[in-house]
Amino acid sequence: MACVVVSELGRFKVVAEYGFSSRQYQYFYFYSDAILTIFLYFALSTLYAHVFSEMKAERYVKMGTLLLLAGTALFTYAVVEQSTAKFVTHFVVDLSQNLYFVGLVLTYVLWAAILKLRETRTRLIQLVLSLGVYFSLYAANYAIRNLYPPLSSVFVPLVQVFSLFLPLAWAYAFWRLPEEARLAPARLAVIPR
Amino acid sequence: MMAAIILVCSVVFLLQFFVSYCRSLIAASIKHPLSAEVQDVTGIKSSASGEDFARVVQLLQLCPDRPEDRNGVQAIGAYFGLLGFVRSTIARLMPTLRTWTERERGQCTYFAAVTLERRIAFSRDMFAQQLET
Repeated sequence: MACVVVSELGRFKVVAEYGFSSRQYQYFYFYSDAILTIFLYFALSTLYAHVFSEMKAERYVKMGTLLLLAGTALFTYAVVEQSTAKFVTHFVVDLSQNLYFVGLVLTYVLWAAILKLRETRTRLIQLVLSLGVYFSLYAANYAIRNLYPPLSSVFVPLVQVFSLFLPLAWAYAFWRLPEEARLAPARLAVIPR
Repeated sequence: MMAAIILVCSVVFLLQFFVSYCRSLIAASIKHPLSAEVQDVTGIKSSASGEDFARVVQLLQLCPDRPEDRNGVQAIGAYFGLLGFVRSTIARLMPTLRTWTERERGQCTYFAAVTLERRIAFSRDMFAQQLET
């Protein structure tokens, strides 16, 4: 959250100085977005560590996180290598997009684990579910923009709306829900278990 | 091709996460008993009906907004809309799905009523603080 605040302040400063459609803002936006996505990816791995805390699997979670991050970066590198122009910028943008999708799949796996392990901590469940909604909104947005580039003018501004969702949902989870609140996750599954 | 697969997966996952997230918000509020005052205002006694949702939301809008509740109310509003869509399309053919959507819509109304109660309590606190100063 602190990184989001710092990044937003930085973006505001760049917009105020160079303007919304400036090259500087675009560079700053995509580079900061890539860094934030990596932080969010590590936040997800922390949620994994919480869910699997009883299994003492923290070491494996950390290792898996780093391996997957390296794998995603290598995959992105292999794809971007073919386009030589502005290699680093393409790499940063594509890495960010790929991490959203990897994050989405990982969040889905975590949600399945929560259902399977009958995790009951309401706050943890809401953190995971809101993260899943956030990742899927971004992944769908990027996919639509790649499929239909002319629609970018509609879907790019939507990113600003989506970006509000996670801080608000997490703020709600931390302020509104007591630590000891519990609920049966089986009740939340779309397909009753 | 890859982007199309990502889009389909994202939309399917989004629906699953969104429905589960909304149900977790509702589940967290469903144990909260409504005060007699809010029961009188909303007309909700023991179980709420989906038909009352719009009215309870109108009452909600009369109270001062609380930033931490805004996200939940908007998410449940969207969920209620989604349920309305399912009810008027697929659920017409499946009676069990229709019963399920009715129950879920009722729980959305209950969530809105609980939020209303919190906002009333918040307004009272603010008023009391103003009187003190």
